[in-house]
Amino acid sequence: MSSLLRIIAQRLLLGVLTLFIVSIIIFTAVNMLPGDFAQAILGQSATDEAVAAIRRDLGLDQPPITRYWVWLTDTLSGDLGTSFAQANFASFTGSETGGGTTVMAQIAPRFENTLFLAGVTALIAVPFAVGLGILAALFRNSAFDKGSNMFALTSISSPEFFVAYILILFLAVLNPILPSLSNIYEGMGFGERLQKTLLPALTLTLVVTAHMMRMTRAAIISLLASPYIEMARLKGMKPMRVIVHHALPNALAPIINVVALNLAYLITGVVVVEVVFVYPGIGQLFVDSVKIRDIPVVQACCLIFAAAYILLNLMADILSILSNPRLRHPK
Amino acid sequence: MSDVLLTIRDLKIEGRSDEEWMPIINGIDLTLHKGEVLGLIGESGAGKSTVGLAAMGYTRDGVRISGGSVEFDGVDLVNAPLMKKRALLGKRIAYVAQSAAASFNPAHKIIDQHTEGPVRHGVMSEGESARDAMDLYERLRLPNPEEIGFRYPHQVSGGQLQRAMTAMAMSCRPDLIIFDEPTTALDVTTQIEVLAAIRDIVDQFGTAAIYITHDLAVVAQMADRIKVLLKGDEVEEAPTREMLDHPQEEYTRSLWAVRSFKRPAKPVPAGDATPVLSVQNVDASYGVTQVLFDVSFDIHQGRTVAVVGESGSGKSTTARCITGLLPPTSGVIQLDGEDLPLDYRKRSKDQLRQVQMIYQMADTALNPQKTIGEIIGRPVEFYMGLRGKARRDRVAELLNEIEMPPEQYIDRLPSELSGGQKQRVGIARALAAEPKFIICDEVTSALDQLVAEGILKLLARLQDDLKLSYMFITHDLATVRAIADEVVVMKDGEVVEQGPKADMFKPPHHPYTDLLLSSVPEMDPDWLTNLLEARGRENIGDAAVGRMDD
Repeated sequence: MSSLLRIIAQRLLLGVLTLFIVSIIIFTAVNMLPGDFAQAILGQSATDEAVAAIRRDLGLDQPPITRYWVWLTDTLSGDLGTSFAQANFASFTGSETGGGTTVMAQIAPRFENTLFLAGVTALIAVPFAVGLGILAALFRNSAFDKGSNMFALTSISSPEFFVAYILILFLAVLNPILPSLSNIYEGMGFGERLQKTLLPALTLTLVVTAHMMRMTRAAIISLLASPYIEMARLKGMKPMRVIVHHALPNALAPIINVVALNLAYLITGVVVVEVVFVYPGIGQLFVDSVKIRDIPVVQACCLIFAAAYILLNLMADILSILSNPRLRHPK
Repeated sequence: MSDVLLTIRDLKIEGRSDEEWMPIINGIDLTLHKGEVLGLIGESGAGKSTVGLAAMGYTRDGVRISGGSVEFDGVDLVNAPLMKKRALLGKRIAYVAQSAAASFNPAHKIIDQHTEGPVRHGVMSEGESARDAMDLYERLRLPNPEEIGFRYPHQVSGGQLQRAMTAMAMSCRPDLIIFDEPTTALDVTTQIEVLAAIRDIVDQFGTAAIYITHDLAVVAQMADRIKVLLKGDEVEEAPTREMLDHPQEEYTRSLWAVRSFKRPAKPVPAGDATPVLSVQNVDASYGVTQVLFDVSFDIHQGRTVAVVGESGSGKSTTARCITGLLPPTSGVIQLDGEDLPLDYRKRSKDQLRQVQMIYQMADTALNPQKTIGEIIGRPVEFYMGLRGKARRDRVAELLNEIEMPPEQYIDRLPSELSGGQKQRVGIARALAAEPKFIICDEVTSALDQLVAEGILKLLARLQDDLKLSYMFITHDLATVRAIADEVVVMKDGEVVEQGPKADMFKPPHHPYTDLLLSSVPEMDPDWLTNLLEARGRENIGDAAVGRMDD
């Protein structure tokens, strides 16, 4: 058991290190964006003085290393900074910049929405994909297997917005079951919120199912030639039991890893679906902030995305380790 | 009511290779009575396992029964619907596989896998079956029968797992058990306890069995009748004693004769001769675990030293130390009286050339992408500096040396060779460096007896022609008898005894050597019975090895 804890501690430490390196990359990349906030907000006709004033006010005139250091230390102390866009233009009047919204306050509700959407999607997609994968493995090479493979590949190969519009067509327009707009807001009841989230969640389910389903199928099938599977068959076990009870527990590690990768995608890559359904998630905020060079928000979003990836992969690693009885029960 | 349990008539089985169905079994008849044990023997590829599985109405993927019938107690297993077959499998016909370590599901506890059959077939409740499991574990003389089932397979040793698998096969009290090479993967001392356990329990419950093995001496202990297979055909069948005393067919007699190969003794080297290779007081560790303790022995020119011992005794580790792959933590390794650098990276090309190795698994030791000419040509070029025509000529010469005509084989890939031919290529590759000393690591243990004998004879001839010295790692004492000049017995990383072969096979010797020697099955069908009486039931296998440590 102690070796297990050591492995987990090691992975955690590596995760923190990765996050640190990613923060450097984020900062460098964001700073390489052409133009800056001052230019973006003032437009073509800006005077050099006005641009300089805003830069000075926001600290953009400091050398990059200093700015990185300030950002890093602030972030570590839990302060993600103040959004430029909301920072008001106090600099014009020379008054204090205190009236701005913090990045935290801007991101938090959006991130919560994103997590809600990702959570609902995961609850539908993971059991659906794994179940489909198991059935495909059970009836491999049958029409069902081929059909579900085709279905999964078709939905992953179609552009997300296309899948979204098809679903809207069938579930909102032709059969008005679900609302096509996901304009959720704070203080909305859970039921209503869930209803409004369902259509984007179904769209994303179609997008992420293929990977998980095909990995489940492949991982199980790769085990079917093992002697212990033959043994289970020779003990007269039914095919379903052979697959679920004998093959699946040994196929968990690769499945967990693909699930984690797709969950990370649900948090970081769903901007198109958000736009289609006008869902107020973190993806839209991110794109808007890039457009106006609102650097603190962009950086915070990137950091959250990176942390989500690292954390989910870390969890996948740990769960894979736990799924191995050799590590859970050493000699 | 007849007491015939299983009848196989004119069974034909085909396997698919490259979209074509090729025959594997060409019409075999087999009759098994209740409570009878039938031995099925033959070399690899004879179709023993295929017949064994077909007796359960089961074929592996890519294999099909193309003709004939398999009838178990009135049920036609070839045409029975799957449901009906499943109701018999595990319940009335059970299977014991070659590798228990691979055939137990690593994700579940042993006892849960044991009770699965009885519970699912509705024979016993889970609690009843678990209690029964403990009783079976005790009958099979497993240590801690109350507790051992609650472990995972990887927490239990190979010999114990094999017995737990036999217990699992017994869980529904079947009428028939198929044993598919159940002791092949085990050490000789462990093999005995598994053999004894299997024989006793089959006897106690009056279970009929088909016992599949390639080892004649083993089948002689277990079977009432023996059937010999060759490439999918039956050679002959007879009661065990009759078969052993009067084999009718030429092929059967050749199987019997394999173990008779023996080299004449060589003259003892002069006392002051410098050994080709000298291992002196070598200690070695994997990480913090010390695995070799003060290992010393010499190998003289033109002689073979057999290093014997069970798995984990440090034989292969010693070879890794000599080749420099695992630098010893202390000690000296000398070639022709001169110290070799301990790390192979510090050795000169010439020093590297002098020590060559032949591996156990010729399959994995040859690069599957290279032709035989390239595989042998590489060391010819690297060590001897030959190129172009000179290199080709030398490769042809080496192929002639291993009795494989170059025009026929030089452009083939390893996948186009048989197991024995691959091993010959491994030998040619070692010879290409023109070494003084070759380490042979279990080079015959993956081969059939007849093929193995061919390899041993080839190695012996090469030794005479080229004055080679061999270190021959093996766990098979028959091989030792055949080719060794000196024997080094290892146990737990230490040399427990060494000396000329003649002395080793003559008492008195170290008790561990004694145990090893007496554990090798003999053709005499009463051998196991006599041995168990002589040693006592409690003094076989792990228990006997454990006693050595006191």
